[in-house]
Amino acid sequence: MKVSMTVNGKTYTRDVEPRMLLVHFLRDELGMTGTNIGCDTSQCGACTIHMNGMAVKSCTTLAVQADGATITTIEGLANGSELHPMQKAFWENHGLQCGYCTPGMIMAATKLVENNPNMTEAEIRHGLEGNICRCTGYENIVRSVKAAAAQMGGGD
Amino acid sequence: MYPPKFDYLRADSAANALELLAANPDAKVMAGGHSLIPAMNLRLADPGTIIDIGRVADFKFLSANDGYVGIGSGTTHAEVAASSDVPSALSEAAGLIGDPQVRNRGTVGGNIAHADPASDLPTVLVALDATISTVSGSGTRMIKAGDFFVDLFETALNDGELVAEISMNQDGANTGSAYAKLSNPASRYAMVGAAARVTVEGGVFTAVSVAVGGLTPKAQAAPSVGAALVGQAATADNIAAAAAAVQNDLGDDVMGDIHASADYRRQMATVFVKRALTKATERAG
Repeated sequence: MKVSMTVNGKTYTRDVEPRMLLVHFLRDELGMTGTNIGCDTSQCGACTIHMNGMAVKSCTTLAVQADGATITTIEGLANGSELHPMQKAFWENHGLQCGYCTPGMIMAATKLVENNPNMTEAEIRHGLEGNICRCTGYENIVRSVKAAAAQMGGGD
Repeated sequence: MYPPKFDYLRADSAANALELLAANPDAKVMAGGHSLIPAMNLRLADPGTIIDIGRVADFKFLSANDGYVGIGSGTTHAEVAASSDVPSALSEAAGLIGDPQVRNRGTVGGNIAHADPASDLPTVLVALDATISTVSGSGTRMIKAGDFFVDLFETALNDGELVAEISMNQDGANTGSAYAKLSNPASRYAMVGAAARVTVEGGVFTAVSVAVGGLTPKAQAAPSVGAALVGQAATADNIAAAAAAVQNDLGDDVMGDIHASADYRRQMATVFVKRALTKATERAG
């Protein structure tokens, strides 16, 4: 089946099997391997991307469901060589250890902060409920999100 | 993992969905896909054909009128959680489903048609005495939530029939509702869920409706709790005493698994009914 979607500002059209997951479309058809696959059952959040402005798990979305959608992946978050404030905050606050969960964490956290730049720490933790860090590096992840929120318009 | 192979059909209207379903009676209907796709990835489901109703605008609405609120089956959990028109118990439960990403895609209609015993919404809908409206080739039906959930993953839906709308009374004057659950720490599914709606007039309970889920094969009403509480003063002691009456309504099919034994869940039912009642009572004031 033919599907067409805009990923990181560019439109791609491919002929895919209906069973192809969006995450495989991004990784295998478009070669964007920044989005990781963790659990395949929508628990771990490593595959989180933005679809039509919302954080979505791409391992629980079919490519055909995303036909016509506008997608942003971790590759599309930076503005050229300038990192997104969330990426920069993860770097500066050591918000990653092995890095496997990081793309999903950053994509999920970006939408949380956009929706509410003045989250409490408890709200950040609750908001990241769908993203699991196997290194259990949550302290610095939460610190990173707080720092990014301050950059992205929080605190006023 | 890739899901097993299937044929994919996309409906563009409710009428079109029913036509496709009539022509493909064995097809599985998908809205957000957030119960179906993980099940397919795990090979727990292997439908030959999927009918995607995720874009059907007929099923996407949420409107309140005259104390009554109607929710299109294609409304997402995130939309319900953000609504101030729906009863507090429902927005509260919708905001506890899965995680933000799941709530952005999962739909109310898909959730209740799936009828997972560990789901949150069925419990709330039974407590709120919601009405499920369906469409099929032979017309429309209205089914009370208490009759809609039949057994483990089983509903009153017939072949060729789709959930169109879920409707219920809003929390009216002197009325409050709440949902409380004991979550599985990893999956966030309800091991025990309790929903309550109460009306308090002059410091006395004049209407109480309670339901529990998560520990029984289907969400079920707990009329003993209401019977113990109506006519009583709205005090913490009375709530605690009445919550224990839920034990009379749990039946013989309380489920246990590696996450929590049946005995433990049974005891927690009293605790979470009490919490739901306490919160609902605060909101009634």
